[in-house]
Amino acid sequence: MRITDHPILDFKPGRLVRFTFEGREIEGYEGEPIAAALHAAGIRVLRRSPRLHRPRGFFCAIGNCSSCLMVVDGVPNVRVCVERLREGMRVERQEGHGELK
Amino acid sequence: MKSVEIAVVGAGPAGLSATLAAAGQGASVALIERDEHLGGQLVKQTHKFFGSARQEAGTRGVVIARRLGQAVREQAGIDLRLATTVLGYYSDKVLYLEEPDRLAKLQAERAIFATGASERMLIFGNNDRPGVYGAGAVQTLMNVHGVMPGRRVLMIGAGNIGLIVSYQLLQAGVQVAAIVEAAPRIGGYLVHAAKVRRAGVPILTGHTVKEAVGEEAVEAAVIWRLDEQWRPVPGTEERVDCDVICLATGLSPLGELMWQAGCRMAYVPELGGHVPWHDDDLRTSHEDIYVAGDASGVEEASAAMVEGRIAGLAAARSLGHDRDVEEKLGEARRELAALRAGPTGEKIRRGLESLRQGGDGR
Repeated sequence: MRITDHPILDFKPGRLVRFTFEGREIEGYEGEPIAAALHAAGIRVLRRSPRLHRPRGFFCAIGNCSSCLMVVDGVPNVRVCVERLREGMRVERQEGHGELK
Repeated sequence: MKSVEIAVVGAGPAGLSATLAAAGQGASVALIERDEHLGGQLVKQTHKFFGSARQEAGTRGVVIARRLGQAVREQAGIDLRLATTVLGYYSDKVLYLEEPDRLAKLQAERAIFATGASERMLIFGNNDRPGVYGAGAVQTLMNVHGVMPGRRVLMIGAGNIGLIVSYQLLQAGVQVAAIVEAAPRIGGYLVHAAKVRRAGVPILTGHTVKEAVGEEAVEAAVIWRLDEQWRPVPGTEERVDCDVICLATGLSPLGELMWQAGCRMAYVPELGGHVPWHDDDLRTSHEDIYVAGDASGVEEASAAMVEGRIAGLAAARSLGHDRDVEEKLGEARRELAALRAGPTGEKIRRGLESLRQGGDGR
Protein backbone atom coordinates (compact mmCIF):
# COMPACT_ATOMS: atom_id res chain seq x y z
CA MET A 1 0.00 0.00 0.00
CA ARG A 2 1.16 3.50 -0.81
CA ILE A 3 1.27 6.29 1.77
CA THR A 4 -1.08 8.96 0.51
CA ASP A 5 -1.08 11.44 3.35
CA HIS A 6 2.02 12.18 5.46
CA PRO A 7 2.46 14.97 8.04
CA ILE A 8 6.09 15.71 7.07
CA LEU A 9 6.94 14.18 3.74
CA ASP A 10 5.79 14.91 0.25
CA PHE A 11 6.34 12.05 -2.19
CA LYS A 12 7.05 12.94 -5.79
CA PRO A 13 6.85 9.65 -7.65
CA GLY A 14 7.99 9.24 -11.24
CA ARG A 15 5.85 8.20 -14.18
CA LEU A 16 3.53 5.22 -13.71
CA VAL A 17 4.87 2.30 -15.75
CA ARG A 18 3.90 -1.31 -16.38
CA PHE A 19 6.11 -4.32 -15.71
CA THR A 20 5.54 -8.00 -15.14
CA PHE A 21 5.96 -10.14 -12.04
CA GLU A 22 5.86 -13.89 -12.73
CA GLY A 23 4.16 -13.08 -16.02
CA ARG A 24 1.45 -10.99 -14.39
CA GLU A 25 1.29 -7.33 -15.37
CA ILE A 26 1.50 -4.78 -12.55
CA GLU A 27 2.23 -1.08 -12.21
CA GLY A 28 4.87 0.86 -10.37
CA TYR A 29 6.64 4.20 -10.53
CA GLU A 30 9.57 4.56 -12.86
CA GLY A 31 12.86 4.90 -10.98
CA GLU A 32 11.70 3.49 -7.65
CA PRO A 33 13.37 0.26 -6.51
CA ILE A 34 11.69 -2.82 -7.96
CA ALA A 35 11.16 -4.08 -4.39
CA ALA A 36 9.16 -0.95 -3.49
CA ALA A 37 6.84 -1.44 -6.46
CA LEU A 38 6.38 -5.13 -5.59
CA HIS A 39 5.74 -4.35 -1.94
CA ALA A 40 3.19 -1.69 -2.87
CA ALA A 41 1.43 -4.39 -4.91
CA GLY A 42 1.38 -6.69 -1.87
CA ILE A 43 4.17 -9.02 -3.09
CA ARG A 44 6.51 -9.98 -0.28
CA VAL A 45 7.99 -13.35 -1.28
CA LEU A 46 10.83 -12.49 -3.66
CA ARG A 47 12.81 -15.72 -3.91
CA ARG A 48 13.35 -19.20 -2.43
CA SER A 49 16.49 -20.21 -0.57
CA PRO A 50 18.93 -22.63 -2.27
CA ARG A 51 18.72 -25.66 0.03
CA LEU A 52 15.54 -25.58 2.06
CA HIS A 53 13.52 -23.55 -0.47
CA ARG A 54 12.34 -21.20 2.23
CA PRO A 55 10.55 -18.03 1.16
CA ARG A 56 12.67 -14.88 1.37
CA GLY A 57 11.75 -11.23 1.19
CA PHE A 58 13.80 -8.10 1.43
CA PHE A 59 15.60 -7.19 4.63
CA CYS A 60 18.04 -4.26 4.51
CA ALA A 61 16.66 -2.26 1.54
CA ILE A 62 20.05 -0.69 0.79
CA GLY A 63 21.86 -3.38 -1.17
CA ASN A 64 23.85 -4.89 1.70
CA CYS A 65 22.30 -8.21 2.62
CA SER A 66 21.32 -10.05 -0.63
CA SER A 67 18.03 -11.29 0.80
CA CYS A 68 16.11 -9.86 -2.18
CA LEU A 69 17.84 -11.45 -5.19
CA MET A 70 15.49 -11.90 -8.15
CA VAL A 71 15.66 -12.65 -11.86
CA VAL A 72 15.16 -9.44 -13.84
CA ASP A 73 14.94 -9.59 -17.65
CA GLY A 74 16.52 -13.04 -17.44
CA VAL A 75 19.48 -11.90 -15.31
CA PRO A 76 19.71 -13.66 -11.93
CA ASN A 77 20.90 -12.26 -8.59
CA VAL A 78 19.60 -8.73 -9.11
CA ARG A 79 19.25 -6.84 -5.81
CA VAL A 80 15.74 -5.53 -6.33
CA CYS A 81 15.94 -3.24 -3.28
CA VAL A 82 18.33 -0.97 -5.21
CA GLU A 83 17.62 -1.82 -8.87
CA ARG A 84 15.40 0.86 -10.35
CA LEU A 85 12.15 0.05 -12.08
CA ARG A 86 11.83 0.63 -15.82
CA GLU A 87 8.91 0.16 -18.17
CA GLY A 88 8.45 -3.39 -19.40
CA MET A 89 10.84 -5.13 -16.99
CA ARG A 90 10.29 -8.87 -16.54
CA VAL A 91 10.66 -9.68 -12.85
CA GLU A 92 10.64 -13.27 -11.60
CA ARG A 93 11.13 -15.04 -8.30
CA GLN A 94 14.55 -16.62 -8.07
CA GLU A 95 14.94 -20.29 -7.14
CA GLY A 96 18.18 -21.01 -5.32
CA HIS A 97 21.36 -19.51 -6.76
CA GLY A 98 19.87 -18.63 -10.13
CA GLU A 99 21.29 -19.61 -13.49
CA LEU A 100 23.41 -17.61 -15.90
CA LYS A 101 22.11 -18.02 -19.44
CA MET B 1 44.71 6.42 -14.35
CA LYS B 2 43.23 9.44 -12.67
CA SER B 3 44.71 10.51 -9.35
CA VAL B 4 43.44 12.72 -6.55
CA GLU B 5 44.82 13.78 -3.19
CA ILE B 6 41.95 12.39 -1.12
CA ALA B 7 39.33 9.77 -1.94
CA VAL B 8 36.29 9.67 0.33
CA VAL B 9 34.27 6.45 0.24
CA GLY B 10 30.63 6.87 1.20
CA ALA B 11 28.43 9.96 0.93
CA GLY B 12 26.52 9.75 4.20
CA PRO B 13 26.85 12.38 6.94
CA ALA B 14 30.48 11.46 7.68
CA GLY B 15 31.63 11.23 4.05
CA LEU B 16 29.94 14.46 2.98
CA SER B 17 31.43 16.33 5.93
CA ALA B 18 34.88 14.85 5.26
CA THR B 19 34.65 15.86 1.61
CA LEU B 20 33.67 19.45 2.43
CA ALA B 21 36.37 19.79 5.10
CA ALA B 22 39.14 18.43 2.86
CA ALA B 23 38.05 20.43 -0.20
CA GLY B 24 37.81 23.51 2.02
CA GLN B 25 41.52 23.10 2.73
CA GLY B 26 42.21 23.16 -1.00
CA ALA B 27 42.75 19.42 -1.46
CA SER B 28 41.52 17.69 -4.60
CA VAL B 29 38.86 15.21 -3.50
CA ALA B 30 36.96 12.36 -5.13
CA LEU B 31 33.73 11.35 -3.40
CA ILE B 32 32.62 7.83 -4.24
CA GLU B 33 29.12 6.60 -3.41
CA ARG B 34 27.51 3.33 -4.45
CA ASP B 35 24.01 4.75 -4.34
CA GLU B 36 22.64 7.28 -6.81
CA HIS B 37 21.95 9.90 -4.16
CA LEU B 38 23.98 11.87 -1.64
CA GLY B 39 23.15 11.77 2.07
CA GLY B 40 23.34 8.07 2.90
CA GLN B 41 20.81 7.07 5.54
CA LEU B 42 20.08 10.70 6.47
CA VAL B 43 17.59 10.81 3.60
CA LYS B 44 15.12 8.73 5.59
CA GLN B 45 15.50 10.49 8.92
CA THR B 46 12.35 12.57 9.25
CA HIS B 47 12.87 13.39 12.94
CA LYS B 48 14.65 16.44 14.31
CA PHE B 49 18.17 16.02 15.61
CA PHE B 50 19.33 16.67 19.17
CA GLY B 51 22.59 18.35 20.16
CA SER B 52 23.76 21.90 19.64
CA ALA B 53 23.09 24.20 16.70
CA ARG B 54 26.55 23.54 15.30
CA GLN B 55 25.47 19.94 14.62
CA GLU B 56 22.17 21.01 13.09
CA ALA B 57 20.06 20.26 16.15
CA GLY B 58 16.37 20.84 15.58
CA THR B 59 16.76 20.05 11.88
CA ARG B 60 15.37 16.91 10.23
CA GLY B 61 17.93 14.46 8.83
CA VAL B 62 16.42 14.65 5.37
CA VAL B 63 17.01 18.43 5.35
CA ILE B 64 20.60 18.04 6.58
CA ALA B 65 21.23 15.56 3.74
CA ARG B 66 19.92 18.08 1.21
CA ARG B 67 22.07 20.90 2.64
CA LEU B 68 25.29 18.90 2.79
CA GLY B 69 24.65 17.41 -0.64
CA GLN B 70 24.09 20.82 -2.16
CA ALA B 71 27.25 22.21 -0.54
CA VAL B 72 29.26 19.33 -2.04
CA ARG B 73 27.77 19.92 -5.48
CA GLU B 74 28.55 23.64 -5.29
CA GLN B 75 32.11 23.26 -3.99
CA ALA B 76 34.70 23.40 -6.76
CA GLY B 77 37.31 20.69 -7.14
CA ILE B 78 35.21 17.70 -6.07
CA ASP B 79 35.11 14.72 -8.38
CA LEU B 80 31.70 13.25 -7.56
CA ARG B 81 31.15 9.61 -8.50
CA LEU B 82 27.70 8.28 -7.79
CA ALA B 83 26.48 4.72 -8.50
CA THR B 84 30.07 3.62 -8.02
CA THR B 85 31.16 0.85 -5.65
CA VAL B 86 34.69 0.58 -4.29
CA LEU B 87 35.78 -3.03 -4.70
CA GLY B 88 39.19 -2.89 -3.08
CA TYR B 89 42.17 -0.84 -1.93
CA TYR B 90 45.63 -1.90 -3.04
CA SER B 91 49.19 -1.24 -1.89
CA ASP B 92 49.99 1.32 -4.59
CA LYS B 93 47.21 3.52 -3.12
CA VAL B 94 44.85 2.47 -5.88
CA LEU B 95 41.12 2.00 -5.44
CA TYR B 96 39.26 -0.32 -7.81
CA LEU B 97 35.86 1.03 -8.72
CA GLU B 98 32.82 -0.66 -10.18
CA GLU B 99 30.97 1.91 -12.24
CA PRO B 100 27.58 1.08 -13.81
CA ASP B 101 29.12 -0.28 -17.01
CA ARG B 102 32.83 -0.69 -16.39
CA LEU B 103 35.66 -1.13 -13.93
CA ALA B 104 37.92 1.84 -13.22
CA LYS B 105 40.95 2.66 -11.10
CA LEU B 106 41.66 5.72 -9.03
CA GLN B 107 44.90 6.62 -7.33
CA ALA B 108 44.55 8.55 -4.06
CA GLU B 109 47.26 9.78 -1.68
CA ARG B 110 44.82 9.40 1.22
CA ALA B 111 41.57 7.47 1.56
CA ILE B 112 38.80 8.18 4.06
CA PHE B 113 36.43 5.25 4.57
CA ALA B 114 33.01 6.45 5.67
CA THR B 115 31.22 3.24 4.80
CA GLY B 116 28.62 3.29 7.56
CA ALA B 117 27.01 0.30 9.23
CA SER B 118 24.55 -2.47 8.50
CA GLU B 119 21.53 -3.73 10.34
CA ARG B 120 22.06 -6.46 12.90
CA MET B 121 20.05 -9.70 12.77
CA LEU B 122 18.42 -11.34 15.77
CA ILE B 123 18.17 -15.10 16.32
CA PHE B 124 14.60 -16.42 16.59
CA GLY B 125 12.41 -19.00 14.86
CA ASN B 126 11.57 -18.21 11.22
CA ASN B 127 13.63 -15.02 11.31
CA ASP B 128 14.08 -15.32 7.53
CA ARG B 129 10.35 -15.02 6.76
CA PRO B 130 9.38 -12.18 4.44
CA GLY B 131 8.03 -9.49 6.74
CA VAL B 132 11.00 -9.60 9.12
CA TYR B 133 12.64 -6.33 8.16
CA GLY B 134 15.45 -4.19 9.52
CA ALA B 135 14.39 -0.84 10.99
CA GLY B 136 16.43 0.97 8.34
CA ALA B 137 14.63 -0.95 5.62
CA VAL B 138 11.26 0.00 7.06
CA GLN B 139 12.35 3.66 7.08
CA THR B 140 13.63 3.45 3.51
CA LEU B 141 10.44 1.89 2.28
CA MET B 142 8.10 4.37 3.94
CA ASN B 143 10.11 7.59 4.19
CA VAL B 144 11.97 7.47 0.88
CA HIS B 145 9.65 5.49 -1.36
CA GLY B 146 6.28 6.20 0.25
CA VAL B 147 5.30 2.54 0.61
CA MET B 148 3.81 1.14 3.82
CA PRO B 149 5.90 -1.76 5.14
CA GLY B 150 2.72 -3.48 6.32
CA ARG B 151 -0.53 -3.02 8.16
CA ARG B 152 0.60 -3.72 11.72
CA VAL B 153 4.18 -3.85 13.00
CA LEU B 154 5.79 -5.47 16.02
CA MET B 155 8.92 -3.47 16.87
CA ILE B 156 11.88 -5.29 18.46
CA GLY B 157 14.12 -2.93 20.43
CA ALA B 158 13.34 0.17 22.50
CA GLY B 159 16.55 2.05 21.78
CA ASN B 160 16.32 5.37 19.95
CA ILE B 161 15.94 3.73 16.54
CA GLY B 162 13.10 1.46 17.68
CA LEU B 163 11.28 4.35 19.35
CA ILE B 164 11.75 6.82 16.51
CA VAL B 165 10.80 4.35 13.77
CA SER B 166 7.69 3.37 15.75
CA TYR B 167 6.64 6.99 15.79
CA GLN B 168 7.40 7.34 12.08
CA LEU B 169 5.24 4.26 11.38
CA LEU B 170 2.33 5.90 13.18
CA GLN B 171 2.88 9.07 11.13
CA ALA B 172 2.70 6.98 7.95
CA GLY B 173 -0.61 5.47 9.04
CA VAL B 174 0.74 2.05 10.07
CA GLN B 175 -0.32 0.44 13.38
CA VAL B 176 2.35 -0.49 15.90
CA ALA B 177 1.22 -3.52 17.94
CA ALA B 178 3.91 -3.12 20.62
CA ILE B 179 7.59 -2.43 21.19
CA VAL B 180 9.44 -5.36 22.70
CA GLU B 181 12.72 -4.78 24.56
CA ALA B 182 14.89 -7.54 26.03
CA ALA B 183 16.57 -5.27 28.57
CA PRO B 184 14.78 -4.49 31.83
CA ARG B 185 14.48 -0.82 30.82
CA ILE B 186 14.05 1.40 27.79
CA GLY B 187 17.37 2.20 26.12
CA GLY B 188 16.36 5.28 24.11
CA TYR B 189 15.62 8.84 25.21
CA LEU B 190 12.51 9.04 27.38
CA VAL B 191 11.15 11.92 25.30
CA HIS B 192 10.82 9.52 22.34
CA ALA B 193 9.34 6.78 24.55
CA ALA B 194 6.74 9.18 25.94
CA LYS B 195 5.67 10.13 22.42
CA VAL B 196 4.86 6.55 21.34
CA ARG B 197 3.28 5.71 24.67
CA ARG B 198 0.99 8.72 24.37
CA ALA B 199 -0.10 7.28 21.02
CA GLY B 200 -1.12 4.11 22.84
CA VAL B 201 1.78 1.80 21.91
CA PRO B 202 2.78 -0.51 24.79
CA ILE B 203 6.50 -0.92 25.50
CA LEU B 204 7.20 -4.39 26.90
CA THR B 205 10.59 -4.47 28.63
CA GLY B 206 12.07 -7.82 29.65
CA HIS B 207 10.49 -9.46 26.58
CA THR B 208 11.78 -10.82 23.31
CA VAL B 209 10.43 -12.45 20.16
CA LYS B 210 10.33 -16.27 20.15
CA GLU B 211 9.23 -16.89 16.58
CA ALA B 212 7.58 -15.52 13.48
CA VAL B 213 4.34 -17.25 12.48
CA GLY B 214 3.23 -17.72 8.86
CA GLU B 215 4.04 -20.18 6.06
CA GLU B 216 4.96 -17.76 3.28
CA ALA B 217 5.27 -14.44 5.11
CA VAL B 218 4.78 -13.03 8.62
CA GLU B 219 1.18 -13.33 9.84
CA ALA B 220 1.89 -13.01 13.58
CA ALA B 221 4.67 -13.20 16.14
CA VAL B 222 5.08 -15.09 19.39
CA ILE B 223 6.79 -13.15 22.15
CA TRP B 224 7.85 -14.31 25.61
CA ARG B 225 9.21 -12.90 28.83
CA LEU B 226 12.86 -12.97 29.92
CA ASP B 227 13.96 -13.52 33.53
CA GLU B 228 16.68 -11.53 35.34
CA GLN B 229 19.37 -13.61 33.61
CA TRP B 230 17.84 -12.85 30.19
CA ARG B 231 16.57 -16.44 29.87
CA PRO B 232 13.14 -16.93 28.24
CA VAL B 233 10.44 -18.07 30.65
CA PRO B 234 8.45 -21.02 29.17
CA GLY B 235 4.72 -20.63 29.57
CA THR B 236 4.80 -16.84 29.10
CA GLU B 237 4.30 -17.02 25.31
CA GLU B 238 1.88 -14.55 23.81
CA ARG B 239 0.72 -14.27 20.20
CA VAL B 240 0.85 -10.80 18.66
CA ASP B 241 -1.11 -10.06 15.50
CA CYS B 242 1.23 -8.36 13.00
CA ASP B 243 2.46 -8.67 9.42
CA VAL B 244 5.85 -7.07 10.00
CA ILE B 245 8.47 -7.79 12.65
CA CYS B 246 10.82 -4.83 12.62
CA LEU B 247 14.31 -5.33 14.04
CA ALA B 248 15.82 -2.31 15.75
CA THR B 249 18.47 -4.32 17.52
CA GLY B 250 21.51 -2.33 16.59
CA LEU B 251 24.01 -1.81 13.82
CA SER B 252 27.37 -3.34 12.93
CA PRO B 253 30.12 -1.19 11.39
CA LEU B 254 30.88 -1.97 7.73
CA GLY B 255 34.64 -2.48 7.71
CA GLU B 256 35.21 -4.89 4.81
CA LEU B 257 37.34 -2.46 2.81
CA MET B 258 39.54 -1.71 5.81
CA TRP B 259 39.99 -5.41 6.58
CA GLN B 260 40.98 -5.91 2.95
CA ALA B 261 43.33 -2.90 2.98
CA GLY B 262 45.13 -4.38 5.99
CA CYS B 263 44.07 -1.92 8.70
CA ARG B 264 44.39 -3.34 12.19
CA MET B 265 40.88 -4.20 13.36
CA ALA B 266 39.62 -4.65 16.91
CA TYR B 267 36.43 -6.10 18.33
CA VAL B 268 34.78 -3.54 20.60
CA PRO B 269 31.19 -4.38 21.62
CA GLU B 270 30.50 -0.79 22.74
CA LEU B 271 31.31 0.45 19.22
CA GLY B 272 29.09 -2.15 17.53
CA GLY B 273 31.62 -4.84 16.58
CA HIS B 274 34.82 -4.86 14.57
CA VAL B 275 36.24 -1.41 13.94
CA PRO B 276 39.63 -0.23 12.70
CA TRP B 277 42.03 0.97 15.33
CA HIS B 278 42.31 4.76 14.95
CA ASP B 279 43.79 7.79 16.67
CA ASP B 280 42.26 11.19 17.52
CA ASP B 281 42.74 12.27 13.88
CA LEU B 282 40.66 9.23 12.79
CA ARG B 283 43.77 7.84 11.15
CA THR B 284 43.89 4.03 11.11
CA SER B 285 46.96 1.82 11.57
CA HIS B 286 47.48 2.27 7.80
CA GLU B 287 49.08 5.70 7.47
CA ASP B 288 47.20 6.61 4.28
CA ILE B 289 43.78 5.50 5.48
CA TYR B 290 41.34 7.40 7.68
CA VAL B 291 37.91 6.34 8.92
CA ALA B 292 34.83 8.34 9.95
CA GLY B 293 31.24 7.83 11.03
CA ASP B 294 29.60 4.54 11.95
CA ALA B 295 32.43 2.57 10.30
CA SER B 296 34.68 3.80 13.13
CA GLY B 297 32.10 2.88 15.79
CA VAL B 298 28.31 3.12 15.73
CA GLU B 299 27.11 6.46 17.04
CA GLU B 300 24.64 9.23 16.15
CA ALA B 301 24.74 11.08 12.83
CA SER B 302 25.72 14.28 14.63
CA ALA B 303 28.96 12.61 15.81
CA ALA B 304 29.49 11.16 12.32
CA MET B 305 29.45 14.66 10.82
CA VAL B 306 32.05 15.95 13.26
CA GLU B 307 34.22 12.87 12.75
CA GLY B 308 34.01 13.43 9.01
CA ARG B 309 35.27 16.99 9.46
CA ILE B 310 38.16 15.81 11.62
CA ALA B 311 39.19 13.08 9.16
CA GLY B 312 38.91 15.46 6.19
CA LEU B 313 40.95 18.18 7.91
CA ALA B 314 43.57 15.77 9.22
CA ALA B 315 43.98 14.02 5.86
CA ALA B 316 44.38 17.41 4.11
CA ARG B 317 46.87 18.56 6.75
CA SER B 318 48.94 15.40 6.25
CA LEU B 319 49.34 16.46 2.60
CA GLY B 320 50.54 19.94 3.55
CA HIS B 321 47.29 21.89 3.29
CA ASP B 322 46.82 24.52 5.94
CA ARG B 323 43.97 27.02 5.93
CA ASP B 324 43.78 27.52 9.70
CA VAL B 325 43.73 23.74 9.85
CA GLU B 326 44.93 23.41 13.47
CA GLU B 327 42.31 25.84 14.71
CA LYS B 328 39.54 24.03 12.81
CA LEU B 329 40.70 20.65 14.06
CA GLY B 330 40.74 21.90 17.63
CA GLU B 331 37.23 23.26 17.27
CA ALA B 332 35.94 19.98 15.84
CA ARG B 333 37.61 17.94 18.58
CA ARG B 334 35.97 20.09 21.25
CA GLU B 335 32.58 19.60 19.57
CA LEU B 336 33.04 15.86 19.47
CA ALA B 337 34.02 15.75 23.13
CA ALA B 338 30.93 17.81 24.00
CA LEU B 339 28.68 15.40 22.05
CA ARG B 340 30.13 12.48 23.97
CA ALA B 341 29.98 14.12 27.38
CA GLY B 342 27.40 13.10 29.94
CA PRO B 343 25.71 9.77 30.61
CA THR B 344 24.55 9.14 26.99
CA GLY B 345 28.15 9.20 25.79
CA GLU B 346 29.42 6.86 28.47
CA LYS B 347 29.26 3.74 26.29
CA ILE B 348 31.14 5.38 23.41
CA ARG B 349 33.81 6.74 25.74
CA ARG B 350 34.27 3.27 27.22
CA GLY B 351 34.44 1.74 23.73
CA LEU B 352 37.05 4.21 22.49
CA GLU B 353 39.12 3.62 25.61
CA SER B 354 39.01 -0.13 24.94
CA LEU B 355 39.90 0.46 21.28
CA ARG B 356 42.99 2.46 22.25
CA GLN B 357 44.09 -0.61 24.16
CA GLY B 358 43.51 -2.79 21.10
CA GLY B 359 40.00 -4.08 21.78
CA ASP B 360 39.37 -7.38 23.44
CA GLY B 361 41.51 -9.24 20.92
CA ARG B 362 38.78 -11.34 19.31
